[in-house]
Amino acid sequence: MIVQRKIRVLIAKPGLDSHDRGAKIVARALRDAGMEVIYTGLRQTPEQIVETALQEDVDVIGLSILSGAHTTLFPKIMKSLKGKGMSDVLVFAGGIIPQEDVLALKKIGIKEIFGPGTPTGVLVEFVQENARKKE
Amino acid sequence: MGQIEQLAKGVLQGNRRSIAKTITLIENNEPEAQKIVSMLFQKTGKAHVIGVTGPTGSGKSTLIEKMIRELRKRGKTVGVVAVDPTSPFTGGAFLGDRVRMQEHSTDEGVFIRSMANRNAPGGLAKATKDVIRVLDASGKDIVIVETVGAGQSEVEIVKVAHTIVVVLAPGLGDDIQAIKAGIMEIGDIFAVNKADRQNANKAISDIQAMLEMNTEKTGWKPSVLKITALTGEGIAELLAIIKEHKQYLKMGALEANRKEKAETELSEAIKQKIAESIIEDLKRKGEWEKITEKILTREIDPYSAADMLLKKKKRN
Repeated sequence: MIVQRKIRVLIAKPGLDSHDRGAKIVARALRDAGMEVIYTGLRQTPEQIVETALQEDVDVIGLSILSGAHTTLFPKIMKSLKGKGMSDVLVFAGGIIPQEDVLALKKIGIKEIFGPGTPTGVLVEFVQENARKKE
Repeated sequence: MGQIEQLAKGVLQGNRRSIAKTITLIENNEPEAQKIVSMLFQKTGKAHVIGVTGPTGSGKSTLIEKMIRELRKRGKTVGVVAVDPTSPFTGGAFLGDRVRMQEHSTDEGVFIRSMANRNAPGGLAKATKDVIRVLDASGKDIVIVETVGAGQSEVEIVKVAHTIVVVLAPGLGDDIQAIKAGIMEIGDIFAVNKADRQNANKAISDIQAMLEMNTEKTGWKPSVLKITALTGEGIAELLAIIKEHKQYLKMGALEANRKEKAETELSEAIKQKIAESIIEDLKRKGEWEKITEKILTREIDPYSAADMLLKKKKRN
């Protein structure tokens, strides 16, 4: 019996923006690092994202947002994850997020925020190091 | 109650978290996987399993989304297992089927799970069959299985599904492609998608011509129909034919089919268990390395080595 564990990641696009090149690049980089990456597609509600993460039993959620609605949508996602007992899922975010919002987002449990220009290698390493450790 | 018992209980109650966790155990081949499958096994066999296969980009995921919508209108609960390929180079996978189905993600009556095939041949993952069982045991009326984009010979789906829908699109090939063995032999229903495009009628007639060459006069006669998954055209008709096929199976074909599947599965399980135990044994005794070395130096071929080992095993 060979046990074969993989890091499962959900890349999600909350809210109303329709640019997902960044999300796809991140998905591709994580795929190439040997992870199983599930993509939600565009315009997802917080409920859809959390429910998808639950059904797919992911270890990591990556949120990509460019619309500026992160201060509204991210807290809803984090609260809902907590409510469903999924606080052990690693959450990171990327996109256009002003520096002054970063601290508040980290306070609600988002582990890291990656801005434009982040080398994909940095991201891959971050996920590998921080993904929920399975016993 | 132990953790596994609790998980099994959760699955039987339809708890979504339990279903998800159980699927992960099975998919990863964790030591508890077999135990939980045995616990759920008695409660399986109720769901109708529909396999949806066909080439990449033919519209399988979009079609499934429309099927879910229609089935939900009729009050049916639906489980979906969507398989996409694992990279043979990195072991990673991009699972994108559910993008088309996200509208149903918050519906309590629907459970969608993406699976990487983890390099298993045949269009499914090795654990797909047991994942279907979990959704079946959780009380889903219908389980839809989407294969990886299938070319010609990805036909593992016949081992797990009751009704197989082959999704094709116009312009993918001519009557020569239609006559080839493999995927064109497994369809109970052929759905020619993107019927609004040119050549849809040509594709339909190519498939019909192929089906008319069947010398088998008894049994189910596969249907061919035109659909446009994007607009939902032809979906109600498709579901009606699936229902007809289900009725047909109930008239006796299902029993034969079930028996055959059970035999295949038993034989595969035996092969796997025995092979694993022999290999483990050899490795423990250090013989594995020695024999591998002999094969590398061309002293013995792998088949003769296996024969020799089997004889030795029988003597013990």
